[in-house]
Amino acid sequence: MNAGVPFRRMVGKRAPRKEDARLLTGRGQYTDDVRMPGMLHCVFVRSPVARGMITALNLEAARELPGVHAIYTHADIGQVPIQLMTFFFTPIAAPISLLANGRVACVGDPVALVIAESRAIAEDAAALVELEIDEEVPVVTISDAARGALVHPGTESNCSQEMGAAEIPEAVQAILDKAAHRVTKTIRHQRIAQSPMEARACVASFDGAEELTIHISCQSPHFVARYVSTVLGVPQEAIRVVAKDVGGAFGLKNMPWREEMAVIVAAKLFRRPLKWIEDRFESLTASSHAREQEITLTAGFDAEGHLLAAHGDCSINNGAWPMGEDCNIAVHMFMWPAYKLPAYSFHTRGWYTNTMGLGGYRGPWALESLIRETLLDDAARQIGIDPIELRRRNLVRREDQPMTTGMDITVTDITPYECLEKLLSEVDVAAFRKEQAAARKSGRYLGLGVTTYVEPTAVAGIMTPLTGETAQVRIEATGKVTAMLSTHSQGHGMATTMAQVIADRLGVAYDDVTVFDSDSAIGSYSPGAAGSRQGVIAGGASWRAAELLADKVKRIAAHLYNASPETITIEDGMIHIAGAPEMSRPLREVAEIAHGEPFRLPEGMETGLEAQYRYQPPPMTFTSAAHACMVEVDPETGFVSIKRWVSSEDCGTIINPGIVEGQIAGGLAQAIGQVLLEEMPYDAHGNPLAATFKDYLMPAYTDIPDFEYLHANTPSQTIGGMRGVGEGGAIIGPPTLVNAIADALAPFGPLDVALPLSPHRVLEHIERAEAAVRLEEAI
Amino acid sequence: MSEHRIELTVNGRRHGATVEARTSLGEFLREELGYTGTHLACEHGVCGACTIMLAENGNGGQAVRSCLMLAVQADGAEVTTIEGLAEADGSLHPVQQALRDNYGLQCGFCTPGVAITLAALTADGARPEVEDLEAAMSGHICRCTGYQGIRRAIRQLTGTAQPAGEHA
Repeated sequence: MNAGVPFRRMVGKRAPRKEDARLLTGRGQYTDDVRMPGMLHCVFVRSPVARGMITALNLEAARELPGVHAIYTHADIGQVPIQLMTFFFTPIAAPISLLANGRVACVGDPVALVIAESRAIAEDAAALVELEIDEEVPVVTISDAARGALVHPGTESNCSQEMGAAEIPEAVQAILDKAAHRVTKTIRHQRIAQSPMEARACVASFDGAEELTIHISCQSPHFVARYVSTVLGVPQEAIRVVAKDVGGAFGLKNMPWREEMAVIVAAKLFRRPLKWIEDRFESLTASSHAREQEITLTAGFDAEGHLLAAHGDCSINNGAWPMGEDCNIAVHMFMWPAYKLPAYSFHTRGWYTNTMGLGGYRGPWALESLIRETLLDDAARQIGIDPIELRRRNLVRREDQPMTTGMDITVTDITPYECLEKLLSEVDVAAFRKEQAAARKSGRYLGLGVTTYVEPTAVAGIMTPLTGETAQVRIEATGKVTAMLSTHSQGHGMATTMAQVIADRLGVAYDDVTVFDSDSAIGSYSPGAAGSRQGVIAGGASWRAAELLADKVKRIAAHLYNASPETITIEDGMIHIAGAPEMSRPLREVAEIAHGEPFRLPEGMETGLEAQYRYQPPPMTFTSAAHACMVEVDPETGFVSIKRWVSSEDCGTIINPGIVEGQIAGGLAQAIGQVLLEEMPYDAHGNPLAATFKDYLMPAYTDIPDFEYLHANTPSQTIGGMRGVGEGGAIIGPPTLVNAIADALAPFGPLDVALPLSPHRVLEHIERAEAAVRLEEAI
Repeated sequence: MSEHRIELTVNGRRHGATVEARTSLGEFLREELGYTGTHLACEHGVCGACTIMLAENGNGGQAVRSCLMLAVQADGAEVTTIEGLAEADGSLHPVQQALRDNYGLQCGFCTPGVAITLAALTADGARPEVEDLEAAMSGHICRCTGYQGIRRAIRQLTGTAQPAGEHA
């Protein structure tokens, strides 16, 4: 850090977002807003059945429709060799092609691509394609997958990934056998449709033989350039990817998938710019889904409630064409770093089924917090101890660190215990318990959920695509500052937060800093939004690049004005020399000289005023939090209403509290959706049953309470001290709400957690308990 | 497919066009007239992103889902899209300003519809209650913000709360 640069306090301020000026006035540029001369429109013909062989694909009638330019099938698209990759740049294991190659393996499988004058004509033509499929019995659920036919004939098993063993290792079993208390919990997590408000979209244009321009709704133009280059085997320097504004992504858009790649290949074959805009029906049923998992966790405690050992067994329904065959090992890796748990073993499997493939979603390993925190509440009830006290006895505290727990994860500066104490200073648990007891007497069911967690953010340097970040900062000849970043924003507000950092470290006005982050032609490779990294790593890169640039300004000013560099400060775009106020100069004067009068610069100094820094942070930076949620469950209707929600998080240095709180709130809203509303069910024939926003229940205005925020600010070891905050709400939110509901319904016995906890399921739980009581009374 | 000649005013500018009967007003505004600030996000009338303001036969502006209305139905109407909300000098409409002051948007895709609905309900000096604006928000889906900033913006617009989040 450079102590010479005055801290301008833009970091930590609720600066108004720079993005808003265009987004609020309809001047954003999302992919569907891009028009190119000669551009045509694409629509996919998709499989209406879950599994079978294509016996006929008749395109005649569709091709004859005026305005239709071409209809491609695998026979056409397949001429261009490709190798689809996972997010980690390993080959997809399933026998995948961009369009179905003779077989369909899920409803929504793309079979043909129509190219037409307009989207309406392309849709008309798609409806005229005659597709016949010899239907086979599909494999839909995880238990189907274990018993049913192979989803991909020729593979060895529907279990595509497996780690650990079903048998609990003797060492762990021995501890569990001797434990004073043993608690087992199972959770069935439903399938989620990520549902960004802007569905997937791309425009691809081959410009001559060697240049490809892609506008795409994505999470990193650099990642897309690298991915397309790798998949197509063409030089990356020929590919330019632009994503000026993106209407939400949430992990779904962290890589282009079959449709975007098919449009790119079709543009190469057809030699016209092609646009594909996914509609909501496709977005819900044929975009990669997320989450569908089952997990069982068993934990042993001593008589005082100290954790002794645990074993987790997880299965994930990956669908037919997942964005990577995955057994979600991260669930097990990140289950225990916040807790003192001597021994953990696991078994984890990923399964193919005839459903849409899974992709990324905010907090992809979040099941660990859900199962752990709900099990801890069950354990507290079973042991007869307060759930908060149970956490206090087991959480890793500051004085315990560094500590290596569970799966060889070492924590050095986590603060879940401190976040919990801070939370409890704001939430009067004793008063709530009194209110709860009184309410129960009058037949009202209130509940409190309190949870803690830690999360690895800004992972860099230990997984192929997850790298450092570059910031290039320059002072233009006008004195204004331009920054070009490798990171990318899909509503995260990077143009705002990074300008705050740069303004502070450089000593210029926030309004004078402009940030660009939406084009693979600027900056350098980074995965953009992936793993809660932008504020931490791009923030660190911007921080240091601005300092390097400030140093250069000082060296030039010292030379020009016969002063020593240590006496020079930059404030509000003015250069000041200590003890010589009359010598103050606008930064623009130095900028003009640096650009236009090189002979006035110190001997040998590069002209211009720019600095670049690529920041490689520590491999992981942990964020901690504790949340509390209070609910009332209506025993007549099964409806859950959220009365209060308090977040107490530690994301280190906060660049902009408005943006940090926005990230927490957005994650919590998605958490509430997962627990109460959202579900992409499949019927026994493999049909997705939520095809509109009337069926797929997105959290609405009236479903979300006012959130309260408490911030701890323990600086991390990164430049600037930030910690990631993008995913946390979606990770700690679900167990907080589930625990509150389970607490409210405790008089009706332990809650079976199958998400979503819809009114129907809540009523079932209550009625089952009441029936059991009636039965007991009858006996 | 039948085609129809229509004339309408959008953001104070007169436009004439020939449209297919099936073309939605939202698609027409975006594709034919270039008002791409109107976003089509569900195209089945649930999410509210495509909301525009429509005045006909001297009626005041009403918030209308442009995915559920055909362009031919807007013949003779006065339409206001998000591009027409701010003053000519660029100063933001109070609704836009309230959303900006309160971090009422992140990705911005649902925002034009949210802003238009709030603008329609507060137009012509109307002084709606918080509850009226909140009820209208039940017709808008935002995936990013958890509606926190929209709620604060509503409180700011109705004079019932402090702006920004300095509460914590």
